[in-house]
Amino acid sequence: MVLGFQGFYSLSRFGSDAFLGPMVGLALIKELGPVIAALMVTGRAGSAIAAEIGIMRISEQIDALELMGLNPYRYLMVPNLIAAIICMPLLTALFDVVGIFGGYLIGGKLLGVGAGTYFGEMAHYVEIKDVLEGIYKSLSFGVIIAWVCCFKGYYSGIYTGFGSEGVSKATTQAVVMSSVLILVWDYFMTSILF
Amino acid sequence: MIKIDKLQKSFDGHDVLKGISFEVGKGQVFALVGGSGGGKSVLLKHVAGLMKPDHGSVMVDGLKISGSGQKALRMFRERLGFLFQGGALFDSLNVFENVAFPLKEKSKLGRNVIREKVMRELENVGLIGSEHRYPSQISGGMVKRAALARALVEDPEIMLFDEPTTGLDPVTGQSILKLIDDCHRRLSFTGIIVTHEIPKVFAIVDRVIMLHQGLVRLEGTPSDFMESRDPVIQAFLNG
Repeated sequence: MVLGFQGFYSLSRFGSDAFLGPMVGLALIKELGPVIAALMVTGRAGSAIAAEIGIMRISEQIDALELMGLNPYRYLMVPNLIAAIICMPLLTALFDVVGIFGGYLIGGKLLGVGAGTYFGEMAHYVEIKDVLEGIYKSLSFGVIIAWVCCFKGYYSGIYTGFGSEGVSKATTQAVVMSSVLILVWDYFMTSILF
Repeated sequence: MIKIDKLQKSFDGHDVLKGISFEVGKGQVFALVGGSGGGKSVLLKHVAGLMKPDHGSVMVDGLKISGSGQKALRMFRERLGFLFQGGALFDSLNVFENVAFPLKEKSKLGRNVIREKVMRELENVGLIGSEHRYPSQISGGMVKRAALARALVEDPEIMLFDEPTTGLDPVTGQSILKLIDDCHRRLSFTGIIVTHEIPKVFAIVDRVIMLHQGLVRLEGTPSDFMESRDPVIQAFLNG
């Protein structure tokens, strides 16, 4: 919705307010959708993954898995990785759809850009490769979130100290490192897929 | 069966184990006693292969635990049961699922056979009726019982107990010790019990090892321990 306001303001200065739809669509699908959705998932689910695995570490549940002769990676990391790879593109798509309709709510209903213009121009200018770029980004962000958060939780006793303080540090580090890696990786992905 | 030879371990320059050596024969149960922070749990984790020694070795039936590859370690752990101090039950699984977990994940037994085995084990530890409750919904004593059932469900040849009665009231603690004794009679496992429960634990063990300042202070029978005139042991016995 903010993008709708800001986009309309900028475009109308050049007499191009009819391009609000493509601008909102491209910005969301290629960039804002994957990145913001990934940052939200990091804060919501990534922190939970790191904390849960960290608590399993300090309460010796991971040791128990090892002593049963089972591979803890298979039980703790693989399901989270698969879930992140499946969920990230879906959540990003949801984010994009809500964002595009939010942009229309402002541009179309409040500022007078017609629905035909908004969605018609968007359909014209947004190509399948733009959608694929968003999907590729969200998939890679899913891998980053699951990988970093699982790793931080799993090794919380070793790198951040034992006890609840160690888990708390591991969780903070997981969120910060994931967020920074998402932004840095986004730059490289954009450079490659540009 | 279990041979510990000159085991040394230090953390951040602090020597916890300074060359521990002893042997546990097949079917024997040892009590490992000593002051808090004396390295008893660390020693137990070396036997289980969860920690690597700085020097020395742990051998089980000729297999060097510390130098084994993952495959050999996994095969050794097939024969091992470990009762953790806090139980280490999986929070997201109920009591039944926790006990069934190793069988479900590793064996090819059918659902009904697993159910039968788990229920029998739960009956042995007196947890029938609590199988659908989660670890957060049961008492500390029940957690230990459930953890014991999980450790024993695969009929291990070697059992390691890390402070099985710590944090429990005397009656519950005594019942856990009796349970361990009953299980030993039934399964004839080789066991090491890390405990502070002196002299109660002496009724169920063959030998006692006292660790003091990273070294074995005494190795002997429970009566050797009780009759010792060593001032450190006297102080430990009399508080």
